[in-house]
Amino acid sequence: MRAAAPPLRIPALALGLAATLAAALGPAAGCARPEPGDGVVHAAVAANFAAPFADVGRAFEAATGQRVAVSAGSTGALYAQVVAGAPFEVFLAADEERPRLLVEAGLAVADSRFTYARGRLVLWSPGRPGIRPGDLGEPGYGRVALANPATAPYGAAAREALERLGLWRAVEPRAVYGSDVGKAFLFVATGNAAGGLVARSQLTAEQAREGWPVPQELHRLLDQQAVLLTAAAGDEGARALLAFLRGEAARALLVEHGYGVD
Amino acid sequence: MGGPAAAALDWGPLFLALRLAAVTTAILLLLGTPLAWWLARSRAPWRPAVEALVALPLVLPPTVLGFYLLIALGPGGPLGQAWAALGGGPLAFTFSGLVIGSVLYSLPFVVQPLETAFAGLGRAPLEAAAALGAAPWDRFLTVAVPLARRGFLSAAVLGFAHTLGEFGVVLMIGGNVPGRTRVVSIAVYDHVEALEYAAAHRLSAVLLAVSFLLLLAVFAAGRANRLGPR
Amino acid sequence: MTGVEVRLRLARGAFTLDASFTAPERGVTAVFGASGAGKSTLLRAMAGLERGDGRVAVGDEVWQDSAAGRFLPTHRRPLGYVFQEAVLFDHLSVAGNLGYALVRTPRERRRVGLDQAVAQLGLGALLDRRPEGLSGGERQRVAMARALLRSPDQLHLDEPMSALDAPARAEILPYLERLHRELAVPVLYVSHSREEVLRLADHLVLLEGGRVAATGPLTGLGASLALAGAAAEDDDAGTMADAVVAGHDEEYALSWLEVGGLRVTLPRVDAAPGEVRRLRFHARDVSLARHRPEATSILNVFPARVVELRPAGPSQVLAVLRLAATGGGEGVPLLASITRRSAAVLELAPGDEVWAQVKAVALVGRPTAAAAPAPPPARP
Repeated sequence: MRAAAPPLRIPALALGLAATLAAALGPAAGCARPEPGDGVVHAAVAANFAAPFADVGRAFEAATGQRVAVSAGSTGALYAQVVAGAPFEVFLAADEERPRLLVEAGLAVADSRFTYARGRLVLWSPGRPGIRPGDLGEPGYGRVALANPATAPYGAAAREALERLGLWRAVEPRAVYGSDVGKAFLFVATGNAAGGLVARSQLTAEQAREGWPVPQELHRLLDQQAVLLTAAAGDEGARALLAFLRGEAARALLVEHGYGVD
Repeated sequence: MGGPAAAALDWGPLFLALRLAAVTTAILLLLGTPLAWWLARSRAPWRPAVEALVALPLVLPPTVLGFYLLIALGPGGPLGQAWAALGGGPLAFTFSGLVIGSVLYSLPFVVQPLETAFAGLGRAPLEAAAALGAAPWDRFLTVAVPLARRGFLSAAVLGFAHTLGEFGVVLMIGGNVPGRTRVVSIAVYDHVEALEYAAAHRLSAVLLAVSFLLLLAVFAAGRANRLGPR
Repeated sequence: MTGVEVRLRLARGAFTLDASFTAPERGVTAVFGASGAGKSTLLRAMAGLERGDGRVAVGDEVWQDSAAGRFLPTHRRPLGYVFQEAVLFDHLSVAGNLGYALVRTPRERRRVGLDQAVAQLGLGALLDRRPEGLSGGERQRVAMARALLRSPDQLHLDEPMSALDAPARAEILPYLERLHRELAVPVLYVSHSREEVLRLADHLVLLEGGRVAATGPLTGLGASLALAGAAAEDDDAGTMADAVVAGHDEEYALSWLEVGGLRVTLPRVDAAPGEVRRLRFHARDVSLARHRPEATSILNVFPARVVELRPAGPSQVLAVLRLAATGGGEGVPLLASITRRSAAVLELAPGDEVWAQVKAVALVGRPTAAAAPAPPPARP
């Protein structure tokens, strides 16, 4: 007598598969899509600004009662998402190029673009307090980490500064590049690079004291710009957030985190 | 970087990646064979633990692997210190460092096909060889290895291809040094980040073509070598 | 050479092998028993493929002795092993397989040459072939040649015919029979087939549940009874004897063979006087009489003494006899299958002198004159 089991297995398998797929997609499918005017401000924030923005967002919520939903990521990735139609309302980039491109493409409101923070470069060499740029040229000095000048604003600024200081020829053979300034910091922090050019916002006050702040005249401004996206042009909450960002309370927080303001 | 220079195709990163893949695969075949042999034949109670460790790079995100490697390769880490004790210089951002990272990253892709091939031999051919006077090393080299050659081919191809496409780990420990650690996957990423899409297309297309031709050649050769009709 | 001495103990899960026996230094010793009796385990343990506890000595060499802490690994034991499924190396040709064995045999040990092995097993046409293209019978022949090329001190055959179909077995049998006749080393032949044992073996080791239940020459009573006991259901009890061809009766196409001082008559056998042939006397072909039969058509009638009467089913009894011996000695054993009723009517009892009538005598192993002759043996 033939066993009845085998033919039943296939429908059961299909059923199980369908259930798994439903479970996986269900919540996402049922999730509410962000809509302008739904009482929440949807902000796309550059990853390196995520920490300060958490403080700013909380202050904003306390002051106005408006809630803020944050999506953090690399500026490039967020830019691509906005272009593809992601439903963000404000965009806080780590550079000024991407907001400018969005305005040019008509995806952002022209007169809403402003510099919300200014990045600062610091030459940092843990274990060598009082480092000076000239030390980088020493024969025994190890690798120097910086962000990739071709792809990251901090990297381009770092290279410019070194060139203006006449040190690029000496440093370049020993340079190692992180895909962004976060990686550059990681290289130095793990001891794999003897020192590097990192963002002031990445350092504690103590570490910043040990390092050498790079004078702003030596490189292009590391302006981080924010912009209101066209889709949210009429959203009061979004405009309020941007206004708050320019206010005194927000600026004080930024300075605390190591950013400069205009 | 960028601009007119991006228009010319830079073969350097491709050759670097090919070299990395070749060196890594060679090392993995050397180290992986005895490991796979042991895994295939051992009945030790801790064998599943070893198998899990070997399989770990399959499930770990490459950036996590890279992150811990960066720490391990550093002056305070176990690998960095061991290397220094042997008289070596810093490991991160060097080709040697990448090799170490790639060996860990591609380990299961080499060990698992070998283990499967060895296990599939069964004990009969080796017992027959012993009964014909072959000592353990002899049996391994003259019977086990030839009979498992499909597994070796598989392991080599998978290890090579996997290393060729390595990105996340290199991003973490490479430092993007031209000529040393700027492999083709990083170069393509750089082009994309710098909005140099034409260059990114070109380099990617070349990588795709080279990889495909390589795999094709290997599989065609394997086909000719195949054991006769079953 | 003092033959083979085995004392092995091996526990494997629920099964324990505890076997102790000796085997002669020449000829084929059959390790016989039902499936699961431990035959293969015993052979493997003797070869060192399983690690048993005890002692294995072949001639002067001690292969293992747990008491002395000695254990020769398999590859250092000068043995030849033929597995049930040949186990040829697929990545080598037939010639390659043979060469594999030869190069691992030290030059000074080599007694069997490549040409010799190829000729003995008829492999000339197969040398360039690859194993997967060969038939089952061909594969086993290659495996046997390969094992012989080790010039082994002992040959292990683990049910070499079990995996073959009837035609393949028929093909292999002559080669195995040659082995039986010509090999100067002991052969251990594991089988669960009585037919194979009767045809090929000289000595029997009966295994039951991992223990040796009986051991002795195949022509002896012990072996005959052991084999009879092993097949209670079927009708094939009997005894074996190796007889010498004494002469032929050309007029009536008969031959006379002598064994134990007795002359046995059979239909004409294709053999010269002086040659030895193996005879089988089936119990069902043997009947008994109290008085010497007269004017009977049965040619083979011998005086015998009843040794024992054994029940063999509801209606039958197996009479164990010894034929009268000449010049001392025990006399050729014989089994007769008779009804209980006859045994009662004749009032048979152990010790009685009776007459045994053997209606038919079977020739074991060699075809009769009418069939094609076997290939001529190659003398080493």
